[in-house]
This record gives sequence, C-alpha cells and structure tokens, in this order.
Amino acid sequence: MNDQTTVQTTCPYCGVGCGISAQVSEQNHQVNISGDKTHPANFGRLCSKGSALGETVELKGRLLQPRIYGRNASWTEALDLVAGSFINIIAKYGPDAVAIYGSGQLLTEDYYVANKLMKGFIGSGNMDTNSRLCMSSSVAGHKRAFGSDTVPGCYDDYEQAEMIILIGSNTAWCHPVSFQRIQAAKDANPALKIIVIDPRRTASCDIADLHLPIAIGSDTILFNGLLHFLGQQNALNQAYIDAHTEGFPQALKAASISSPTIEQVAAQCKVNIEDLQCFYRWFADHEKVMSLYSQGVNQSSSGTDKVNAIINCHIATGRIGHPGMGPFSLTGQPNAMGGREVGGLCHQLAAHMDFSNNADIERVSRFWNTHAIARKPGFAAVELFDAIYDGKVKAVWIMGTNPAVSMPNANKVIQALQLCDFVVVSDCIANTDTTALAHVLLPAQGWSEKDGTVTNSERRISRQRALFSPAGRAKPDWWIITQIARRMGFEQAFDYQTASEIFREHAALSGFENNAEQGLRDFDISALANISQHDYDHLQPIQWPVNQAYPQGRARLFDDGQFFTASGKARFIPIEPRPPVNLPDKDYPLILNTGRLRDQWHTMTRTAIAAKLNQHKPEPFLEVHPVDAQQYALLPSTLAVIESRWGSMIARVQITDSQQQGCLFVPMHWTEQYASQGRMGALVNPVVDPVSKQPESKHTPVRVRAYQPVWQGFILSRRELNVTKAEYWVKIKGEQFYRYELAGETLPEDWHGYVRKNPAITADEINPQWQEYQDSGNGNYRAALIVDNQLETIIFISADSPLPERAWLTSLFVKPQLETRERMALLTGMPPLGVPDTGIIVCACFNVGEKTIQAAIREKGLKTHQEVGRCLKAGTNCGSCVPEIKALL
Amino acid sequence: MKQRLVVIGNGMAGMKTVEELLSAAPEKYDITVFGAEPYGNYNRIMLSSVLCGEKTIEDIVINDRQWYADNGICLYAGQDKAVVRIDRVKRKVYAQDGTSAAYDRLLIATGSNPVVAAIPGNNLEGVISFRDIFDVNRMLAYSRCHNKAVVLGGGLLGLEAANGLVLRGMDVTVIHNNAVLLNRQMDRQAGEMLRRELELKGLKFKMSAKTQQLLGDENGHIKAVRFEDGSELECDLFVMAIGVRPNMALAQEAGIYCQKGIVVNDTLQSYDPSIYAVGECIQHRGDTFGLVAPLFEQAKVCANHLSAHGVAEYSTLPTATKLKVTGINLFSVGDFIGDKSCESIHFTDSALGIYKKLVIKANKLIGVVLYGDTADGNWYQELLEKHEPVSGIRDVLIFGKAYA
Repeated sequence: MNDQTTVQTTCPYCGVGCGISAQVSEQNHQVNISGDKTHPANFGRLCSKGSALGETVELKGRLLQPRIYGRNASWTEALDLVAGSFINIIAKYGPDAVAIYGSGQLLTEDYYVANKLMKGFIGSGNMDTNSRLCMSSSVAGHKRAFGSDTVPGCYDDYEQAEMIILIGSNTAWCHPVSFQRIQAAKDANPALKIIVIDPRRTASCDIADLHLPIAIGSDTILFNGLLHFLGQQNALNQAYIDAHTEGFPQALKAASISSPTIEQVAAQCKVNIEDLQCFYRWFADHEKVMSLYSQGVNQSSSGTDKVNAIINCHIATGRIGHPGMGPFSLTGQPNAMGGREVGGLCHQLAAHMDFSNNADIERVSRFWNTHAIARKPGFAAVELFDAIYDGKVKAVWIMGTNPAVSMPNANKVIQALQLCDFVVVSDCIANTDTTALAHVLLPAQGWSEKDGTVTNSERRISRQRALFSPAGRAKPDWWIITQIARRMGFEQAFDYQTASEIFREHAALSGFENNAEQGLRDFDISALANISQHDYDHLQPIQWPVNQAYPQGRARLFDDGQFFTASGKARFIPIEPRPPVNLPDKDYPLILNTGRLRDQWHTMTRTAIAAKLNQHKPEPFLEVHPVDAQQYALLPSTLAVIESRWGSMIARVQITDSQQQGCLFVPMHWTEQYASQGRMGALVNPVVDPVSKQPESKHTPVRVRAYQPVWQGFILSRRELNVTKAEYWVKIKGEQFYRYELAGETLPEDWHGYVRKNPAITADEINPQWQEYQDSGNGNYRAALIVDNQLETIIFISADSPLPERAWLTSLFVKPQLETRERMALLTGMPPLGVPDTGIIVCACFNVGEKTIQAAIREKGLKTHQEVGRCLKAGTNCGSCVPEIKALL
Repeated sequence: MKQRLVVIGNGMAGMKTVEELLSAAPEKYDITVFGAEPYGNYNRIMLSSVLCGEKTIEDIVINDRQWYADNGICLYAGQDKAVVRIDRVKRKVYAQDGTSAAYDRLLIATGSNPVVAAIPGNNLEGVISFRDIFDVNRMLAYSRCHNKAVVLGGGLLGLEAANGLVLRGMDVTVIHNNAVLLNRQMDRQAGEMLRRELELKGLKFKMSAKTQQLLGDENGHIKAVRFEDGSELECDLFVMAIGVRPNMALAQEAGIYCQKGIVVNDTLQSYDPSIYAVGECIQHRGDTFGLVAPLFEQAKVCANHLSAHGVAEYSTLPTATKLKVTGINLFSVGDFIGDKSCESIHFTDSALGIYKKLVIKANKLIGVVLYGDTADGNWYQELLEKHEPVSGIRDVLIFGKAYA
C-alpha cells in the first residue's frame, strides 16, 4: 500500500523501553505493531501490551479539545486562563502555592520544560511526579551509595551473568521482555541460577531455581544477613572494599546486629533455613551476580534502605560495573529515567543536580539565566496532595497521570482535588478518575502522536516518534507548557519551536560545568548538545553518558571503581532494619499487597481499550491463601470486601497458595472508569520512606469479609451501557462487546419489567427480538436481545445459582449470524451440547426424528414398524406416523 | 371350548383391547364385534388429517375387514348393526336389525357423543358435529360448494376442524367462550401465541363470545349466528366442537351402574363382573377420558384381565396434549397454571414462536406448557410422572434433557 510508512519508535509502557517498528496507515488511522529487531532493548520481542498498541490508537475516548469548567474552549482561552490563574495565585500566596505533578509517561523534552518552568522560573520546588510512587527509593539508594542516581549495568549483563536474583519483581508480568531475555539466557546456559525473592509465588518463579517467599518488608534483614554471611565466609572482596568504598565496618556491624545468625534471619524472614543457606551460598559462590529489583523493594517505608542493603552486598564483593553483575533497578515507566535526568522529582533540580548542593543551584541558575530559581525541595507526591488538602497549595497542574487512583489513601487525594481552587489536567484521555476533578482539561497528544526521547532502565535514550498527525486539537505537552510559560512572562526562556531544541538545551545542561574541577556528574550527554534536527530525527538508541570520552555511549559505569561521591568512593550504608510502619492488629489482621498484572498498564486508560488485553484478568481480584479463605469464609469466584483504615474495595476471590497466609494481593489497575469499587489506592496507607518519600504501597493492614449481594450477574452487550446503578460493577471491553460484571444489594420489583423498560438496555433497533428466561422463585433472570439475528445484548441475573462461563457467549459477538441451535442455547450460557441431530420429527407423539429412526433401523436391524415402535416408541401412540416409518423401512 | 367375547363398539379403545387380547391369549375367545359405522376399525384421531387433506380414509384404517376375517373375528358393522339392548340375564346382546350374540364376557366400548349446544337453531341444516367419517364427508361436501364456516369451540377438535376447513378453502371463524384458546390445555400466553399463529394460517377468531341463537333461512338451513351482544355472523356451515360426553345410554338401560360414565374399577370391570368397559364411555375413579393415551393403557389392562392373566391395574397418568395442526407444536401436561404454593419457570422467544412454562411445587415438576418447541415434552412428562425433586437440575430444566 502506498500510504503505509514504517516508523521506528518505542513502547509507552514499562521501563524495558522496547523498540517498535510501526507500519502506519495514516489514512485509516491504523497501525501494525511489531518489535524493532534492531533495538537493543528487545531485539524484536514485544509483550502482550506492546503488541496490542495498535488497538489503543482509536480516537474514541480521547480528549480532543481544551475544556474549561466542563465546556469546550479554544486553546487561547484555556492557556490564558491557566497562566492567569497561576499568576494570580503566585502573586497572592507565593510560588509555593502552585505545583506540577508529572508522570513517567511524559517525554524527556516535556519533562524538561515543566521542571524548568516550576523550579527555574516560578521558583518553587513543587514539581514532583508519579515516579515518586515507583522509583524514588532507587534514586535515593543510588544517590547514597554512588553519589549519583546511576544504574551501573545494562541488559547485556543478563546473558553474561551466572546468577540473577529477582527481588520484589514479578518480572514475568511487569517487564516481560526482560524476563523473556533472562529465560532465553537460562535456556542457553542452564547453569545460570535464577532466584526469586518475593512474598508471592509469581509467574516469575516458573524459571527460578530457588524461590524465597520472605515476609513482606523483611528484605533488609535478608540482605544484612547476606552481608554478614559473606563476611563470615570470607567471601568479601577486601581489596575492592579498601580501594573503592567507605563505611564498610559500620555497615557490617549493623548487619551483624540485625541478622546475627542464619537461623534468626530465617525466622524473621519466615523462610526455610535450607533455602536461605542455599541462597547465601550461591551468592558467595558466583562472581557474576545481578540483583534485579523493582517495586517490592522500592514501595516501602524502608525502600531506600532495602536498595542500599542490596547495593552493600555488591560493593562488598566488588560485583559492580563489570559484565554480568551489579544491582539493577528495573524501572516501572517508559521514561521514569528521563524524568530523573531532567530533575522531575521535587528534591532534584536538573540534570542529576539537586538542592543539596548550593553550587549546583547557582550553576543551573546561571545556565537557565534566571533569578527566580527554587532553592529548596518542594512537596513530594504524598505531601503534595496533603498540602493541597490543607490549602497550602492552591493550584495544581497534573500531567499524564491519574493520582485519584494511583496514590495511597486515594480517597483523600480526590477530596484534596475537590477542595483545590484550581486543578489543571493535561491528558490524552477524556474520562479518567482525575480528569473528572479538573477545572481545566488540556488535550495532550497521545503516544502515537508524540515526538521526543525516553530513557529506559539501562540508561538507553531512544526516540519516540509520531505515527499519526495530532488528533483533534491535541498538542505536545512541551508545547502546552511553553505556551503557559510564555503567558506567565517567561517568553525568552521558553522560546522553543521544536522538541529537538529542548533536547539540545537539556543535553547542554548535562554537560554544563560538568568536569573534574567543578564537579563531575554521571549524567552527561553533552555530545548531543549540538545535534541537528536531522540527526535528532534519526537518533539511534544510545546509552548515556554520551560525551567526549564516550561519544558512542557507555554500557556500564563504575568499571573503574570511580564513583560520584565527594571522595570518589562507593558508600556503604549501615542498615538498621525497620518493620513496615503500620502493622496488622486485631481490627486489621491481614496485610494487603498490591501490584501489576501482565496485560494491564497503570490505570488502564489505554490498555483497557484493547479487547485482547482484558481477557487475562478481566475483573479486580483478591488473591488469598486457602487457610485465610476458610477463616474468613471466602469462596472461590465470590466477591469480597477488603477494608483498611483508609478505604475499601470489592474484588473477586481467587484462592491460591501462591499467596502467603496472612497476606492478600490485589491488582493496582482498576479505576472508577472500569469498576465501581476496584480502586486499591483507596486502601493503601499514606506512609512514606523517610529518605525517598516513596509510599509503602505493598504493606497495608486490612480486613476482609465476604460480600453478600442480593443478586449477581453479568451483561454482555455490543453497545456500551450505563450500568452504574448496581452497587458492584466492572466494565470490560471485549472483541465487539462490552462485558459488565454486576452485583447488587437491592432487587427491582421484577427483572422483566426492569430490563425491558430500561432504555439503556433496550435497543432502539427497528426489530428487536427478545429471548427471556425467568425463574423468579429461584431469583434467576436471563434475557437476550437479538437484532438482525446477531446477539446484541445478553443478561444473566442470579440470586445464588452459579453463573455460566462467559467464553462461549462472548464468542458469539464476532459471529455474523446466530445459528438456531446457538440461539436456543443462549440463555443456558453453554454451547449447544449433546443434542444429537434427530432430523425432522416423524413421530410427533414421542418426538422421534427421522434420523433417529434410520439409525435404529440400521444399527438394530429393525424390520417392521412394530419393531421400531418397541425400540423407539415411535408410531405406538396415535399411529399417524406408521406410514412414514414404513417408508423408512 | 372357547369362551365368547362380545365387543360393543368398533372404535380405537375396543379394537386396541382386542389386539392386545389376541397377542396375549389368541385362542381364549371367540370374538364378535358390533360397530355402528360401516367400516373396519379406523384411527379417529386422524380424521382431522383427512379433513385437511393430508391423509385419505384408506390411510387411517387400522384394521380392515380382512383383518377381522384373518383373526376369526365376527364383525357386524353398519348403522343397523348398532347394539340396542343388552340382556344381562341371558348374557346376550341385540342389534337394531335383530342380530344377536351371546357372551361369556362383554366389552363395552361405545365411546362418546359430541355435546350439542343447547341453543335455538341447533337442529338447523348445516349444523353438525365432528366425530366420525360421516361428519368429515359432510364437511368436505360443504367446503366444495359453500364459503363461510363457523366452528363453535376453540378446543383441540374445534381448531383442527377449523384448520381443515381453511385448508379446504373456506372462510372460517372460530367462536370461543373463553379469552384463551385451548384454555384447558394452554395458559394465556401460549393460547395467545397459538391464536396469532393460526391467524397467520387464515383462521379468524371471535373470543369470549356467547352464542345466543342460530338463524336459518327459508329452507331451514343455517345462515347466521347471533351473539348475545346482538352482533351476527353469516355462515353456511356450523360445526359444534364443544366437547364429548360418554356414550353410556345402552349400559344405563341394561342397569349397569353409571355416573358420568360407566363406572369401572382398576381392572376395567363394571359393576357386572362379566362386563368390562374401556374408552371414552367409562368413568374411572371420577375421571372420564378424551385423549388416546389413557385409552390404550386401559386396553392393555383390560386385555390382561380378559386373558385371565389378571395382574394389571389401571391408573390414570397425566396426559399430554397435542394439537394436530401441521407446523404448530404445542404440549401441555399436569397442573400448568399452579397456585400460590407453586413457582414457575418461563422461557420465551417470541420471534421464534417459542414459549415454555414449567410449574414447580415443593421442588417437583407438576405442570408443563410448551409452545413452539416441544422436543422435551416427553422428558418433562417422565419427570412429572416420576415425581422426583428437580432442585438439582432446576437451572437447566427448561432448556431440556440435553442440559440436565
């Protein structure tokens, strides 16, 4: 096809940062997605989410026009209003009364100008991002150990490692392409040891040689124990410790105090002692060890300590900076790293400089040529929404993220935004739980339209390229931000015409006064500071630093034992383990853990558009251990209410021994757009790590009980329906249908009347045909609406009878026509089964069909109609069919 | 020496008994049969098929005269062979023409008579019943030279007659005294669906109508029906199909104990131990009969006793309803209306013309109405007869045996 072009871009989901080769048909607004075989992050592989990107580019549901207080507006009006309001609030209450809350979904260029505006020109530190919820403990841990926020290694290390430890990471689901690469490495080298350290037995355990299901929050005890063990076993690299580190004795002492014996560690971590010994032994015995970690480590009130407890073990053995080894933080978002590079977290300033160093503040101030630069950190995410709630922050601009869902104590976040004087949200999706709370909505370009750069977990900068022209009036985030900045009086500093201009400035800042005399910084891409538009457009994936010394980028840092601390040495951090802040008690005896699913991304605003991504786990669910299920009277596939001191949710029970006793797991994704009571953020305790300010999202005391609705049911419909009246509902988009799982606490007077008179359900088609099943005594109601011999809508309601599997029914929506036997089976919910084809009825009295009679004659050698009668009863009542039977003989 | 069995009535119940007897004890009796119709034995149920042209008289003959000869049965058939008297003392029966036969055992199978509505004009020319071949032939004759027919009675027989006459080209209106057709066999919804479907076949209906009088022309032939509301409907043929009554006059005259019918015990024996009775003329435990299935069951039991096996007992089982109108499937059995102590399960697909209703009482199936899709009728009937709880299969019950 002539109008098809192929564009190399990157996936907008997790931090693996896979390259995508997109075959674009602009005319049809369609794109065929395949993995980019040349991209070093994935070499052509893609996970389920990435593969389904083509299904998410539809314009339905997009925010395509600025909106002010619920009405459409022009860009001019919207921009004037936002700039004017910010100016007024700053004039009245000072710069700290405004804030920006960004996202790891933003591109580096967007991020850079947002951060520059807030910290450089408005003059407040109040720019934070949702990366606070996923990466800030890693940032803080890196900074403490290395003096810089540096991921030392790279994906190539997977193939070179002898042992890979996955800590608090369900890599199989959350970073599938990295997992596949590790799996392939193990297939190629069966000697490669894989260890999973996770309270849950996740899909990642499938390839594990050892799974340590440690108690939630006991990671620091485990790794302190490892450090102590390595010391006792003389498995340390003393030469490395002496030459390249500082603070070792204190760290070892702290480790020996917290984790004096393997027995004690095993008891505190609640793991089998032999397994623990095995892990320690293997660690000691393998030189090339990688420690991959993710949210199980980061999302903790001692997340930073966990990171450092891991890093301690690596620098104590010198296993860092060389192929096949090192601590490796798997980042959650496509551009969490880019955000960190520009300084998107509130304690950061820019280009890996932060507020802790006055010289850095002056340096950035000089570079930006500003007098208004902020001089202290602003509010970190949880603090920020508290400050909004308390009225300290009066205007907030949220970009590309959904805090009403994702924040801990998310109900308070909703209240805060309801109380806030001025809420601006830029997003590509019209209806999210957060856009519902905005005074001004600014339509941002979506993934398929955006143009800029992102950085993945291994420091690799890749281009994200536009596939389509912008939809509606959507604009790049950087454009929106610069427009506001100009209207706020910062025309000169924000005079960008293109994303590449911003990138060049960002690259220039990274190299600005970045030298041995004025202080070396790890993040340096100064070799790209003069990149032409053409070269920017054709930029190939490259790992920073990209500077004079490493013009082609650098795969690993710290191979020279040089760190970015004042002394140039890596720092050991003495770790004193702390339990999670809120411990289970009599009222809330269970621990709630939260996490991602394989086929959904964040708050589902995009992945839930792709039908095939909703089939794996269609409904919010609760994983519970069989013993707990029994104790709390939870039955499989029933609903349960989970409550914490902060909020509650309802989820479908899944009983599994992959879950520890006393611990529950719920997915993090569901919002009010897709479920009435599926927001886990409402429950999560608003407790943060004292260093990183990252929330403790994986440990909240809760209680659980069976939810006992009066009725339950589901609707499958070709059309989107409004079913929000039910107390419990979940909406699932499928292939040509929407599925609604429902439960309610009140019964309508009669279902027939309720359904058939409901304009939301009754089709406005000319010839709607209804099929109905009613057993009111049993509380059962089922109905199917058939239009043009296609299934339009089907409803199953039950008081307590089991509901059928949805699979067969959903498969009918892609059928051009219903067969009669399918139609007659609809309200059973089961495919037509075991119905032998009897042929046309010969004996009407006993309903014996022609084919049945023929078969009996053939198989039993029947000779007379009397014999047929004795065998099948046919013809023995009224006898009117005897002639036909004779004819068959 | 063989015993003598005399059978009064050459219809389905009597001859079924004879057939059963011949197969159970072929040598036990010399058999004599009296029949008031001049034919062998034919399938009365199939008369509507003859009326509508799907079958011929030959098609519905069960046993022709040769069959009687082959089985050594003496058949007296014809109007003048109608039995007019039973002499129980001499154990002898007499026909109208004086023919007589002595018996050791007598089987009365005189069937039933159509009910004639007690309205003025019911004796006009063109006012007929629908009972036998003679009636069918009269209707066929009318259909050839007349146009308008009225059928009184929206029951099974009336609808079959009306359908036949429509197929024979007549303009037919069915008058029914209830709002629901087949109201003894169908509930309101099924009756409505049936009416719509029959209307599509060309039948017209006047529901909840009270007939006041039949009006005749100068020749004493019917010309119209007048209703209580004063309206009139022209017609050339008026068919009464408002039910039957046991034909028990002969038995009564002979002093055999009768109530609504000839009262028999569980072995089909009347109060006279040498006289048995089967079919529509009897009354068993308070019930009288109009459908074929119980008649055949009676025949089996009666033959069992006549052959001196003497082990069978007759009990009436719920009987299913079927309507012989091609393309229309309906079925009902048991108490399909129910009361407050009952629960009902419904299934409808109006566009496909399907309706099903199951009545459940104390977890047992007690009644069924099926319209449009009757495939599982017999299965429901079995469940109903078994009287076992259906709670375990309740959720799939209405979808049929395949799902249970």
